[in-house]
Amino acid sequence: MAPEPPLLSMSGITKSFPGVRALDGVDLDVQAGEVHCLLGQNGAGKSTLIKVLAGAHQPDTGGIRWRGEEVTLRSPIAAMRLGIATIYQELDLVEHLSVAENVHLGHEPTTAGFVVRGKAARASTAALLKRLGHPEIDPARLVGELPAAQQQIVSMARALSHDVRLIVMDEPSAALDPDEVDNLFRIVGGLTAAGVAVVYISHRLEEIRRIGDRVTVLKDGRAVANGLPAKSTPTREVVALMTGRNVEYVFPDRPVSTPTGEPVLKIRGLSRQGEFEAFDLDVRPGEIVGLAGLVGSGRSEILETVYGARKPTTGQVQVGGKALKPGSVRAAVRAGLGLAPEERKAQALLMLESVTRNVSVSSMSRFSRAGWIDRGAELGAARAATRELSLRPDNPSVPVRTLSGGNQQKAVLARWLLRGCKVLLLDEPTRGVDVGARAELYAVIRRLADEGLAVLLVSSEVPEVLGLADRVLVLREGRVVHTASARELDEHRVLDLVMEGSPAS
Amino acid sequence: MTQPVSPPRGSSTGKVPPAQPPAWRGVLVRADVRTLSLLGVLAALILIGGITKPDEFLDTRNLQLVLTQASVIGVVTVGMTFVIVSGGIDLSVGAIVALASVWATTLATQEYGFAGILFTAMVVGVGCGLVNGVLIAYGAMVPFIATLAMLASARGLALQITDGKTQIVTVPSVLDLGERDAYVLGIPPLVLVFAVVTVIGWLVLNRTTFGRRTVAVGGNPEAARLAGIDVRRQRLYLYLLSGLCCGIAAFLLIVLAGSGQNTNGNLYELDAIAAAIIGGTLLTGGRGTITGSVLGVLIFTTITNIFALNNLQSDVQQIAKGAIIVAAVLVQRRTASTT
Repeated sequence: MAPEPPLLSMSGITKSFPGVRALDGVDLDVQAGEVHCLLGQNGAGKSTLIKVLAGAHQPDTGGIRWRGEEVTLRSPIAAMRLGIATIYQELDLVEHLSVAENVHLGHEPTTAGFVVRGKAARASTAALLKRLGHPEIDPARLVGELPAAQQQIVSMARALSHDVRLIVMDEPSAALDPDEVDNLFRIVGGLTAAGVAVVYISHRLEEIRRIGDRVTVLKDGRAVANGLPAKSTPTREVVALMTGRNVEYVFPDRPVSTPTGEPVLKIRGLSRQGEFEAFDLDVRPGEIVGLAGLVGSGRSEILETVYGARKPTTGQVQVGGKALKPGSVRAAVRAGLGLAPEERKAQALLMLESVTRNVSVSSMSRFSRAGWIDRGAELGAARAATRELSLRPDNPSVPVRTLSGGNQQKAVLARWLLRGCKVLLLDEPTRGVDVGARAELYAVIRRLADEGLAVLLVSSEVPEVLGLADRVLVLREGRVVHTASARELDEHRVLDLVMEGSPAS
Repeated sequence: MTQPVSPPRGSSTGKVPPAQPPAWRGVLVRADVRTLSLLGVLAALILIGGITKPDEFLDTRNLQLVLTQASVIGVVTVGMTFVIVSGGIDLSVGAIVALASVWATTLATQEYGFAGILFTAMVVGVGCGLVNGVLIAYGAMVPFIATLAMLASARGLALQITDGKTQIVTVPSVLDLGERDAYVLGIPPLVLVFAVVTVIGWLVLNRTTFGRRTVAVGGNPEAARLAGIDVRRQRLYLYLLSGLCCGIAAFLLIVLAGSGQNTNGNLYELDAIAAAIIGGTLLTGGRGTITGSVLGVLIFTTITNIFALNNLQSDVQQIAKGAIIVAAVLVQRRTASTT
């Protein structure tokens, strides 16, 4: 007898969006009754992959086999009919409907095809909730009145109300307290015992050890490891796969002498309730300082608070000796700060506009008199700034949306270059940038520093921080746990620091 | 320049195509497909008008009338276009026109003559815009709701001022503006005002930092904020601008009707939004043109005129307008996806 085919087998899945290849030939095999963990940093391609699996995205190439048979998941309904249910991180419940109405949304029990049998719906919902260990949730209550943890249970009940064979859970533990996590794991255990497969997404390695059977690690839209044993693979190996490099990048040389000038950026005792505490830092002109840490370590929050996009609970930011007004982006920009944010398209770019207009948006007063823009001067300045960064194509009149990820990032950098900023804050500067284009971006960042900019860099990729920065601060749970020159650190040391407190491997 | 430039692009003027296309093609490319198709629709309408009622429609007086009617709603639409491009909406324009027109024609105001009427109309318009803008920009109210509330209140106040009566204007200099003697080279002064507002609106949207900020705030408010733009102040200014346009439109209406009424400007909000949309302004913000909006106004006004000349009732007009809005949006979605 031939061996049983896997329940689900995705092979060679690719999916591109304008400017970025989100999935680049990903394979994923899931067996019935297993907990298959999907690991990866933000932007590694996890969400895209589960959306393909849920029928919400169509892959560009690649095949999906379900119980050995080739299938096409044309829509979420098609996936649901096969028995694939997805519980998204942002819960997709209708707040103004009751628990029972949400659970049965789209497949309400009816009489004569259209009269909803509310009582039957409530009874079956109550049974599902009991099975999930939450009999106290009233099926008649409005979902909007429930706390987040209970909403998640409702979401799960909805998945189970279908004849489900595979459940995808996108960071289900993110909103839960520890004892609720225990209940979640009990539910997962019950599901797998009944032969249901679970694809479990989480950043928390200790959870994966507890309930996972196998692990697939995604990075830059590729599966860098397939089906590793979840319990016996050393933690360090898993983290190295997530944060490591799969291509040897060429990092630019550091300057021979370390900058000794007066610090241009001084951060003193900066704190934000529940995010990070007592953060101190000096950055000098010509220096690149890197913040290393996992998701939730407070790294991006620090950057956004320095920039005034979030308001600190306490603490101060000084630029060139002057304290900035807390929580004011305009004050930060006027003082000479520039931010290249993590979500380039959502937070930095005007996607309908040309490169020129994206570059000039923060320096319009330079090309205008009494509000009147000198478009010739604007175009000339934008062209000079984009050429300085070798932005391709060499035509700043093209729409910014037609650019590749790396060149879109250069457009953001050109904006601050043109503004003449003194401190550049970079949040995940190579996110969504093709692997091949990264080295060029690194060289650009180093050159800007050599020309006298102070750079504060956040990256989830440890090699990137170590290769690019002069000095590295390692963050864990909102605190700096180590500061050292990048030359004195190596990847293993940083990984140990980042993970200290996680269960030993 | 510190960067080496790759050989084919070595010229200092940037990309130079191998052969220069003829100049007329450059003009065509610049006047985009959307503007051309709107011009095409307008030309077709003029043709229809000329064929069905050759004597009446093409008569100079009729054309003057069409343009005069377009002027009032046109000025409102210019302001509305700015608001929609910024991602907002102003439902209160018609009510502001009504309030400004009655406040500027009270007996007390008329004592101050021409200047008193003009000044009052503009101040009332800007004042209403200020309330809208403060509520939306600093009170974090949804534009739809804030301006809906203004619509109700301004209309109510207009009724209170007039007590439902028509306020006849007795200031001769105001009335004279509507007379044939005041026409400049055959163009009514109201149309000249519309033309000036259009040109200024176009210049502000396309050539000034104010216009750029408007587009940025509408296209991506978060990116605009992180780029250092004061998004809230910009929003405030935009509703002030819309209010100012309503004030100007109210003055034009006073000249045109020789009176002020609390029923003035009825449903202007819908006409202005419709004109902006068929002109290619995205209701979600970030894109829109003054040229398109003005062509939209001219198309609607011409339809109304042709229908009236052919003795078709207003119900048929309304149906035709609805069909044109749907057709325009469908055509635009097609052209947007192919370019």
